[in-house]
Amino acid sequence: MNFDFSDDQKMLKEQVSKFLSDKCGYDVVRRVLESDELYAEDVWKGLVEMGLTGTAIPEEYGGLGLGALELCVVAEELGRVAAPVPFSSSVFLATEAIKLAGSEAQKQKYLPKLAAGEIIGTLAMAEGTNAPSPRTVKASLKGGKLTGTKMPVPDGEIADIAVVLVNTGGSGDKALSLAIVELNGSGISKEQLKTIDPTRGHAALKFDGAAAELMGAEGEGWDLVRRVLDGAAVWTAFEQVGGAETAMWMARDYALERYAFGRQIGSYQAIKHKLADMYVKIELARSNSYYGAMMLNDNGAELIEAAAAARISATQAYIYAAQENIQTHGGIGYTWEANTQFFYRRAKLLALSLGSQLYWRERLVTQLEARNAA
Amino acid sequence: MDFNDTPEEAAYRAEVRKWLDANAKRKASKKDTLEALSGTDALQRAKDWQRKKAEAGFACITWPKEYGGQGGTSIQSVIYSQEEANYLVPTGFYDIGLGMCIPTVLAWGTEEHKARYVGPAIRGEEIWCQLFSEPAGGSDVAGLRTRAEKDGDEWVINGQKVWTSGAHYCDYGIVVVRTDPTVPKHKGLTMFIVDMKSPGVEVRPIRQMSGEANFNEVFFTDVRVPDSDRLGQPGDGWKVALTTLMNERLAVGGGGGADWSELVDLARDAELADGPAINNGAVRERIAQWYVETQGLKYTKFRTLTALSKGQTPGPESSISKIVSAPKMQELGSFAMDLQDIGGIIRDRDISAQNATFQNQWFGGAGYRIAGGTDEILRNIVAERVLGLPQDIRVDKNVPFNEMPKGK
Repeated sequence: MNFDFSDDQKMLKEQVSKFLSDKCGYDVVRRVLESDELYAEDVWKGLVEMGLTGTAIPEEYGGLGLGALELCVVAEELGRVAAPVPFSSSVFLATEAIKLAGSEAQKQKYLPKLAAGEIIGTLAMAEGTNAPSPRTVKASLKGGKLTGTKMPVPDGEIADIAVVLVNTGGSGDKALSLAIVELNGSGISKEQLKTIDPTRGHAALKFDGAAAELMGAEGEGWDLVRRVLDGAAVWTAFEQVGGAETAMWMARDYALERYAFGRQIGSYQAIKHKLADMYVKIELARSNSYYGAMMLNDNGAELIEAAAAARISATQAYIYAAQENIQTHGGIGYTWEANTQFFYRRAKLLALSLGSQLYWRERLVTQLEARNAA
Repeated sequence: MDFNDTPEEAAYRAEVRKWLDANAKRKASKKDTLEALSGTDALQRAKDWQRKKAEAGFACITWPKEYGGQGGTSIQSVIYSQEEANYLVPTGFYDIGLGMCIPTVLAWGTEEHKARYVGPAIRGEEIWCQLFSEPAGGSDVAGLRTRAEKDGDEWVINGQKVWTSGAHYCDYGIVVVRTDPTVPKHKGLTMFIVDMKSPGVEVRPIRQMSGEANFNEVFFTDVRVPDSDRLGQPGDGWKVALTTLMNERLAVGGGGGADWSELVDLARDAELADGPAINNGAVRERIAQWYVETQGLKYTKFRTLTALSKGQTPGPESSISKIVSAPKMQELGSFAMDLQDIGGIIRDRDISAQNATFQNQWFGGAGYRIAGGTDEILRNIVAERVLGLPQDIRVDKNVPFNEMPKGK
């Protein structure tokens, strides 16, 4: 039984953790929250210098040629500090979509630049307040021209390229395709959106005949994007576990230093049980995430179930830890000055990016039904 | 990252499998169980099996060789259990004795105790029970009232224990009693080995609300125990008991019963007013939730096994197991009954879905949430030992036991 990360992977985790604790404290998160900065460019540059944007990109395309497991440990540390950087958009989504669906020419063109951090990528799926699906995606690609509005697009305002989910007119699930578009060309307008978590910018991208290329076969977009989401769900689960742990320890530290009715609030069972429940949810999430990591790395037969289980339990753990962290703090936890808000915002953002619980439960149970029938 | 054995583990597993193949019948499916066992026949078969295991060197694998163990590793013990679970063998009678009592004897007993008791226990000749809980002391075990008074070279025990598994067939027990009521409660306790066949020991089955009787209450009336059967010093009983209780959560196994896949089967068959239950969103949400919890526990166990496999001390993650599995057992049973509408009230193997397993675990889950540490006590343990939060204020900590306020 070797259900753990390797010593090398743990060393990488240690390096990333050290860098982030030096360079990405709460002051950085607050700076992005309170200013017009769209992301923490200094932190991003540091991650790029460490080569992390190319972690899972093959060496032939300029990456480090490592695997899914290395990205898991990086994700956990980014989550732990609620890092305000476009790592998930560029690495978990755009890079992986291109690796999965891109032609050789598209890979040659974009992967080296993504690995080197010369460009930032994103994945544009949603078109407003409906879950993206073959029934709701209307943006179209005709004759190399992209038309329609995508929002919210993570890091849409700073991204240089976007992989876009478009409607190419097929029937049913075959209605959708993937396209790749360079966002600095003409026929594109960007508008920053007001969201619940300004530390991770989201934009509306309006395409009016912008030049775009099909990526992957026409009609395969829905299948491809769901596969990209399965992988991203696993990495994001690690990010969520990292964030949840920070929220839990923040609550625990406060419960030790805060006194009420003549004693530490952490000595009351109402608080102790709340914190124990955080721990239980986090450990369930961590264990499910490990299995997701293993399935992702091995391209295993249970990847869909494993990714969904990681996603669901990590979302629940982070949401619970973040909201009950505020509750444990009482009034001070609800102020603008308190750092509790970073995790409350981020937990909900991550819970809704990549599809809400409703999407993942359905993806999981559909899979379980098929398996139980077999 | 993988689930593979190391070469040494694989070799050991092959050895175990070879022996089990030669000595037991492999289960046809995971749900295959030994035909219903009852009475003395079941006990005798369990004893025979335990003796066979001991002779072959597969009983009490981690215990020291000098006392009859194998001096093996924790992971070898786990591998044996994993493999044995695939065979139709009588188990259960030895979990408490070998899981909790004898480890306590090994930790606290004299050389004479170890020489006398450990070997027969390993070979299955003598079965042990644990006598801690009392009507007045469950979660607060140290509040127990059964007392022992010194009389020459003997102690005389009077009082009542409760929730004792297997007391009616056990040969020996470890019993914690109050030997000094004038000091604070944790300080006045002492642990003894007691011969369950002694005069004055009376075992009565407790009927649970489910209708079954899996536990007993044990009454002690002037039961005489030689001072030489004391474990630890007088007044050390609480420390000794903690050794036992540390092993308890390892010995109290998983809740068992139906899980998400049985619920999927049921939901396929069940018709709600608006169609098959499997298509109902609320049902699908529950299936997803319980799948995620079951998988989370499974892989948490794998993390613990990984630490054992590498010869490391496992982290505290295994402490979450019963906190999750016990309420799940009860709630899943309850929800599955909802799917059967008013028919869910029927608890009849021949009529109820899946032989009334859901009704049974709805009852059983209520007990499992209490046994071996309640949901609440387990959360306290996680909060205090894992997260480092303070203990609750203890109004009884420095008060002599006989001056402490007591309820009924």
